[in-house]
Amino acid sequence: MKKLIIALAATAALLGGFNGGAQAQDKTKVCFIYVGSKTDGGWTQAHDIGRQALQEHFGEKIETPFLENVPEGPDAERAIERMARSGCALVFTTSFGFMDATAKVAQRFPDVKFEHATGFKAAENVATYNARFYEGRYIQGQIAARMSKKGVAGYIASFPIPEVVMGINAFLLGAQSVNPDFELKVVWANTWFDPGKEADAAKALIDQGVDILTQHTDTTAPMQVAAERGIMAFGQASDMIAAGPNTQLTAIVDTWGNYYIKRVQALLDGNWKSEQIWDGLKDGILTMAPYTNMPDDVKAMAEETEAKIKSGELHPFTGPVKKQDGSDWLAEGEKAEDGVLLGMNFYVQGVDDQLPQ
Amino acid sequence: MLEAILLTVITAATPLVIAALGELVTERSGVLNLGVEGMMIMGAVVAFAATQITGTPYIGVLAGIAAGAAFSLLFGFLTLTLVANQVATGLALTILGLGLSGQIGESYVGQPGIKLQPIEIPLLADIPLLGPLLFRQDLIFYLSIALVIGIHWFLFRSRTGLKMRAIGDNHASAHALGINVIRTRYLAVMFGGACAGLAGAQLSLVYTPQWVENMAAGRGWIALALVVFASWRPLRVLAGGYLFGAVSIGQLHAQAFGIGIPSQFLSALPYAATIVVLIIISHNRRTTMINTPASLGKPFVPER
Amino acid sequence: MRIELQKRAQPSPLFSFVSPLLALVLTLFFGGIMFWMLGKQPVDALYSFFVEPLLEVWSLHELAVKAAPLILIGVGLSICYRSNNWNIGAEGQFTIGAITGSILPVLYPEWHSLMILPLMLVMGMIGGALYAGIPALLKTRFNTNEILTSLMLVYIAQLYLDWLVRGPWRDPQGYNFPQTKSFVPEAVLPEILDSGRAHLAIVFALVAAVALWFMMRFMLKGFEVTVLGQSERAGRFAGFSAKRMVWFSMLLSGALAGLAGISEVSGSIGHVQPTISPGYGFTAIIVAFLGRLNPLGIIASGFVLALTYLGGEAAQLSIGISEKVSRVFQGLLLFFVLSCDTLIHYRIKIVTQKLRGGAAHHA
Repeated sequence: MKKLIIALAATAALLGGFNGGAQAQDKTKVCFIYVGSKTDGGWTQAHDIGRQALQEHFGEKIETPFLENVPEGPDAERAIERMARSGCALVFTTSFGFMDATAKVAQRFPDVKFEHATGFKAAENVATYNARFYEGRYIQGQIAARMSKKGVAGYIASFPIPEVVMGINAFLLGAQSVNPDFELKVVWANTWFDPGKEADAAKALIDQGVDILTQHTDTTAPMQVAAERGIMAFGQASDMIAAGPNTQLTAIVDTWGNYYIKRVQALLDGNWKSEQIWDGLKDGILTMAPYTNMPDDVKAMAEETEAKIKSGELHPFTGPVKKQDGSDWLAEGEKAEDGVLLGMNFYVQGVDDQLPQ
Repeated sequence: MLEAILLTVITAATPLVIAALGELVTERSGVLNLGVEGMMIMGAVVAFAATQITGTPYIGVLAGIAAGAAFSLLFGFLTLTLVANQVATGLALTILGLGLSGQIGESYVGQPGIKLQPIEIPLLADIPLLGPLLFRQDLIFYLSIALVIGIHWFLFRSRTGLKMRAIGDNHASAHALGINVIRTRYLAVMFGGACAGLAGAQLSLVYTPQWVENMAAGRGWIALALVVFASWRPLRVLAGGYLFGAVSIGQLHAQAFGIGIPSQFLSALPYAATIVVLIIISHNRRTTMINTPASLGKPFVPER
Repeated sequence: MRIELQKRAQPSPLFSFVSPLLALVLTLFFGGIMFWMLGKQPVDALYSFFVEPLLEVWSLHELAVKAAPLILIGVGLSICYRSNNWNIGAEGQFTIGAITGSILPVLYPEWHSLMILPLMLVMGMIGGALYAGIPALLKTRFNTNEILTSLMLVYIAQLYLDWLVRGPWRDPQGYNFPQTKSFVPEAVLPEILDSGRAHLAIVFALVAAVALWFMMRFMLKGFEVTVLGQSERAGRFAGFSAKRMVWFSMLLSGALAGLAGISEVSGSIGHVQPTISPGYGFTAIIVAFLGRLNPLGIIASGFVLALTYLGGEAAQLSIGISEKVSRVFQGLLLFFVLSCDTLIHYRIKIVTQKLRGGAAHHA
C-alpha cells in the first residue's frame, strides 16, 4: 500500500510540474474556517458577511479564502493545517469546536497568526475573540417585560454551554429589572440548525402560554411561527425582520466585520498581538437591529439601556443577583467577573428549567 | 391547547408519513432506495424555488413532486438498468442531493417563503376539535391521508398492486408470469421519489416556509425506518409517523413544563419509543415474514 | 434504443480492473464539463481534486487519518452485508466505542501507565460490540428488524455522548465548555512516523482488512458467511446457524466500529467532545459497497473516498470551488464507479427499438 502511495505521489508530482508555479504572493492572505455553510442564514453566514466586509474594506491588498462545512473533529485540524500551509498570514477559526485543533496547528506554525472565536485557549500566535452577546440579551429582556402581557417569555435554546446559559440569564435579568416577577420557560432543541425542530419548540412554548419568544438557534423558523401565532419575537445572529415584519421587536446582529477589519489592520501595520478579546456593543462587534413593532416609550427605554451599556454605566450582571436555588451570587452593586461569565453553568433566580450538571 | 398540540404533531408527522409511504411502495416492488433524504431535500429546494419564482405555492408543490421523481430516476437508471448496488447508489444519491440542493438554493437562503394556505372543508371544518385538526388543513395533509388509503387499496385490492407485490416477493417468477419487472420497478421508484419530493415540499412550504441548506435534517432516514417499523403496511406507516411525531412534540412540552430531566434523554425518546413499539409488534414472526418483500434489494436482470 | 444486459458466465477479470479506470475517466470528463460550466478551469479543478492532496507528505498522512476509520468500519460492515445482516448503525457503535474506550483517560486522568492504551482499545471494541449486540439480540430474540433498531440506536448514542460531555464528563477546568480533559500522553494513540499525523488506526485498518480477507477466502467461517448470506436454508443444510451468524457479524462489525471510534478520539482528537465523527459510520456503508464487499477492495475504496474529501477541501481553497459543488462531484464519482462495476458481471448491449420492437423504458 505504501509503495502504491509513493508511486501515486511521484506521478502526481510529475503532473504537478506542468501546473505548478506562478501564484501571486503580494496579497496578504486572511483565511477563514467555517463550521457551517456560508449561506446557512445564521452563525456562519454572519461570519461570512464579516469576511466580505473585510475584503471590501481592504480590496486588492488582501485575499480571503475560506473553507466551509468543516466538521469539528479531526477534519478541523487538517483544514486549519492546510490553510497554514497555503500561505495564510492570519487564520480565523470561527467555531468553539475548533479550539484544540487551532492550538495544535498554531504550535506547528509559529509564524502564522490565528484567532479562535468563542474559546479560551490563547498562545503567542493565537488570539481569542468573542462578542458580549449578553448585552443585547439584557436589552431584549427589558423589552420583553414591557411587551409581554402574561409576564412569561419562551426561550428556544440550542445546547447547554456557558454562552447560551449566559444569554438566558442576561435576558431574565433584563426582564426582572422591569418586572421582578417575570418568568422564563426554556426548551432545549439540541440543535443549532433544524428549522422544523425549532418551529416545533416555538409552538410548544406558545401552547404552554408564553406570549413572547426569543431564540438561541440559527434559523428564522421560530420567528415565522411567532408571526403566524400573532406574538412578538426577537431575532438571532442576523436581522430577521424579513421573516416577521410585524413580529420582530429587535435582533442581536453579529457584525464581525468591524472586528475583522480592526484586526487585519493591526496585522498589516505589523502590530498584531495575541489577545483575549471580548468586545461588546460599544465596539460594534454586535449591533441591535432597529427597535420595531413597539410603542415609543419602550423604544426609548431600549435605546437608553443600549446607550448606558455602551458607555459602561450599566453592566447587565450587576448585583444584587441570586442564583436559581436562592443562594446569593452578586452582592449589591457587585459586577460579575468575566471569568465567571465565560464559564457560566448556573441559572439566576426565576428560570423555570434545570441545567444538566 | 390540546388542539394546538395535536396540530403541531400532525405538521411534524406529515412529511415522515408521505416520504415513508413512497418508500414503502418502492420497497414493495423489491427495490431498496436509501436516498430518501436526498430526494426529500431536492423536493424541498425545488418546491421553494418554484414558489418564489411563480408566487404560487401550488406550483411549488407540483415542482417538488416532479423534482423528487426526476431525481429518483437517476437512482432507477443505475440500479434497474445498470443493476448497480442499491444500497450504495441510494447513499450516493443522498450525497448528491445534499450538494445539489445547496447549490440550487444558494440564492434563496433568507428569503421569507410563501406558506401553503389551509383549505377549509365546509361543514366538516366546524366540528369541534376534529374540524380544525382534519378539515382545516393544507393540501399536502389531505394528500397524505389520501395516499394512505389509496396505497392500501392499491396494494391489497387492485390487480396492479398484486402484481407489484408479486415482483417484490419473487421477481423471477413474476417475470416468468409475463409481468414486466423492470418497468414496474421504474414506476415504483419514481412514485417513491415523487412522494419524497412532496414531503420535501411540505417542509419548505408548510412546516417552515423557508429554505435553508440541509433542512430535511435526517427526516428522510426516519422515514426509511418507519417503513420497516410499519412492516411494509400503509396504515401502520400512518400510525408510526404520528407516534414518532407525538413523542417528539411531547418531549418539547415536557421541557417547557420544566420536569427537570436532561433534554438529551428527552430528545432520545422518539427513537427509543420506536424501537420498543417495534419489538412489541414484530413479536409475531409470521406476519412480519408475510409482509417483508423477499426480493428486497436484490438485482434483477431479465433472462432472454 | 435501450440498454440490455447479458450476464457473463464468469466475472470478467479484465473489467474488474478496467471498470474503476473507466469510471475515473468518465468522472474526469463529466466533472470537467461541470467545472467548466461553473466558470472554473477544468484542469485546475481536477488537479486540485485528485492530485494536490497527494503531493505533500503531510497530506498523505491526512489521507491515512481520514481513510482509517472508513476502512475499519467498512470491512466490518462487509461481513454483515455478505451474511445478509443489515447493520446501518455503525455510526452509533463508533460513538459508543469512543465513549467506553475513553472511560479510563477521562475518569482516571492521573493514571499514567503503558497499560492504559491497550485497555482503552479493548474497552472501545467491547463497547462497540455490545452496542451492536442490541440489534443482534432484538433480531434473534424478538425478530426485530435490525435496519430500524441499529439506525435508531445511532441517534440515541449521539445524544448520550452529548449529555456525557456537557454533564458528568465535562472538564472542570474547561470553563464548562462541552469537552473532557485532554488525554494524558500515554492514552494517545502514537503516530507512525514523525512526518505527519497518521497514527496506528491506519495500521489497525489494514490489519483488519487483510485478516478478514483471509477469513473470507480461506476459512470455514468465511464460507459460512457467504452461504448464509445467499440462502438461509442452504446454510441450515450445511449445519450453519443463522442466529449465530447474526451475533457473529454484528459483534464483529460493532467491535471494529468501536475500535475506529476510540482510535479516532485517542489518536486524532485527544479528548471527547460532542462531535467526534463527520458521519464515518454512514460513509463507510458506501465504502463497503464501493469496495464490492471485498476487504481488500475496501482498502482501495476507503482511500478513494478519503481523497475526494481532501480534494474537495483543496479545490475550495485553491480555486474557490464551493463545498456543495465538491459534494456533487463526489456523488458523480460514486455514480460512475457503481455503474461501471456492472461491466464486471454483465455485457452491455445497446438495442435499437427497430430490432426488438418491444416497449422500451426510456431512462
